[in-house]
Amino acid sequence: MIASPLVAACGSDSGGITVNVYYSTEENFDKVVANCNAAAAGRYTIALNVLPRGADDQREQMVRRLAAGDTDMDVLGLDVTWVAEFAEAGWISEWTGQDKADVEDGTLAGPLATAKWEDKLYAAPKNTNVQLLWYRSDLVPTPPKSWGEMLEQAQRLKAEGKPGGILMTGAQYEGLVVQFATLTAGAGGKILSDDSTRAVVDDGAVKALEALRDLANSPAASPSLSNAKEDNIRQEFESGKSAAFQLNWPFVYASMAKSNPDLAKVFKWAPYPAIDPSKTGTATLGGFNLAISSYSQHKPEAFEAAKCLRSAENQKYSAINSGVPPTIESVYDDPEMAQPYPMRDAILDELKNPAVRPITPAYQNVSTLISTILSPPGAIDPKATAARLRTELQDALDSKGVLP
Amino acid sequence: MKTVTDGKKAERRLGLWLCAPAALVMVAVTAYPIIYSVWLSLQRYDLRFPAEREFVGIENYVTVLTNSYWWSAFGVTTLITVISVAIELVLGMALALVMHRTLVARGLIRTVALIPYGIVTVVAAFSWRYAWDDNTGYLAQLFAPDAAPLTQRASALGIIILAEVWKTVPFMALLLMAGLALVPEDLLKAASMDGAGPWQRFTKVMLPVMKPAILVALLFRTLDAFRIFDNIFVLTSGAQQTGSVSMQTYNNLIRGLNLGIGSTMSVLIFIAVAAIAFLFVKVFGAAAPGNDGGKR
Repeated sequence: MIASPLVAACGSDSGGITVNVYYSTEENFDKVVANCNAAAAGRYTIALNVLPRGADDQREQMVRRLAAGDTDMDVLGLDVTWVAEFAEAGWISEWTGQDKADVEDGTLAGPLATAKWEDKLYAAPKNTNVQLLWYRSDLVPTPPKSWGEMLEQAQRLKAEGKPGGILMTGAQYEGLVVQFATLTAGAGGKILSDDSTRAVVDDGAVKALEALRDLANSPAASPSLSNAKEDNIRQEFESGKSAAFQLNWPFVYASMAKSNPDLAKVFKWAPYPAIDPSKTGTATLGGFNLAISSYSQHKPEAFEAAKCLRSAENQKYSAINSGVPPTIESVYDDPEMAQPYPMRDAILDELKNPAVRPITPAYQNVSTLISTILSPPGAIDPKATAARLRTELQDALDSKGVLP
Repeated sequence: MKTVTDGKKAERRLGLWLCAPAALVMVAVTAYPIIYSVWLSLQRYDLRFPAEREFVGIENYVTVLTNSYWWSAFGVTTLITVISVAIELVLGMALALVMHRTLVARGLIRTVALIPYGIVTVVAAFSWRYAWDDNTGYLAQLFAPDAAPLTQRASALGIIILAEVWKTVPFMALLLMAGLALVPEDLLKAASMDGAGPWQRFTKVMLPVMKPAILVALLFRTLDAFRIFDNIFVLTSGAQQTGSVSMQTYNNLIRGLNLGIGSTMSVLIFIAVAAIAFLFVKVFGAAAPGNDGGKR
């Protein structure tokens, strides 16, 4: 309420064009916006509107307003899994011509795939994300190459009375879907067919279900596994009491350096361990894409603003200051990245071999069903659970089913 | 019928005219949305597939009514409704008796007892959630130090019911106190002269006189409890099958953007609520509020 008169005032100073950006909470993103406003030199002013923290809440706000044809939203920060849904509903504009060429130039293939729907580009990848295996080098001299090896090492540590816990996002939400998707890809399996019209849930997915169950029923699992989200496991690991491993996004690195500098010295990372050791390092992509609302009144300015917000220079700034992995390959080679972003090579390796989550307009339904059916992970019965996934996911894809 | 005079007729016509603005507003804000959701419930209408919108008749009803998630949510809702209203009735009655018989600081006691009802449900739900959080919650550490009560189905349902009961007992007590005020002191004195003990006076004198008030209180609370949403939304978000029918409608309508299925569910909830009201009014003889003057 306080910000709106200010925004209006800025708008009138620059000839009246205000580009409204809706983006989730990201540290220092306001500085990126300020850079772009300076670059725009008064042709337009970007107003940053911060969306709620929870992914579901972000999506709900945008979806509700777009469904009503709200013209006040210009640039939308979309989680990588939402692009297909928004594109199919006709809420976001296609990127064409020079804008498209600018976005495709130098952008990594995995993140770029998340911005496309039916071979058309609907968004510009702003930042990406992959999970890594984080471990304590004082307890684990060599990081495990496979899921099974990780369980063995953890159980051995537990048996010796040392902190040997494995922390994973096992609550009934998107985080559990990410683990399932990563493990399925790491077993060479598929959840949906390539064109996302059929639920496959093949042998690889069954192996992934076995792996989740084995972890949940192992003494190495945390008692609150079935309620753990990213931030819970970050905190539990930082306390240094119980865990030797955590499967989490790179934001944990900067956080550890701040909250527990002693533990940070032995806080190391390795590729995400797969069921099949030869596929270790395959990880599910997260991150955000920038899309332009179909109802925007200032589309040319919105496209320009979006390109600025994701420029190589600004991506480097965000990576160094906010820890979010860039989508432009050349940024990783920048010498300034080496010191503040030491895990960049591990991230880049995973980005070159990504497991993209199912791309479908019905993703929200698919994700809700997977997290419901897989929860709690300790109760998974691999073959039966896979069969249930197959029938219920098929209904969701046909938008027939009922969401739990 | 012939005895209605012209004067009466004119009076009745004036009455209808005077009612008309209110009736129009009611039609605009309640009848229209209800009819519109019935209309939506007969269509395949998913905002994400706008091109595939079509009329499908009762297909959505078949889909929902043959779905195990729906019946699981329906069971959860019924369970929460029955248990919480039963507990609320007992505790509400006890609280009403206390408030009714209080001799000193009556106003203060009544105000204090009403505080939980005055707190916004979402705020109260958050304080319950933090109290039962497995890491930081004081209640969790007191009663279940090694478990995460909000992640187990049975204990989570228990906490949801507890939050409901804590919140609405004062409301129940308030409604019942209005009934208690109807019990004539003379009747109670006469009963005790005849040798009736406190328990007999309560069951044989007070309860029968209070029956209309009790039924209205039960009706209000049952209708309310059946539509439970905010406590579940905050406490568990419906995880581990603790979602109510309203939660599920929200998930399909707002999160899933499936207007057809979502509207079908809201129509079904409407029917269920209407059935509850019908049951109370016709079977148990609860008087509609404002309609009970004639009986006494």
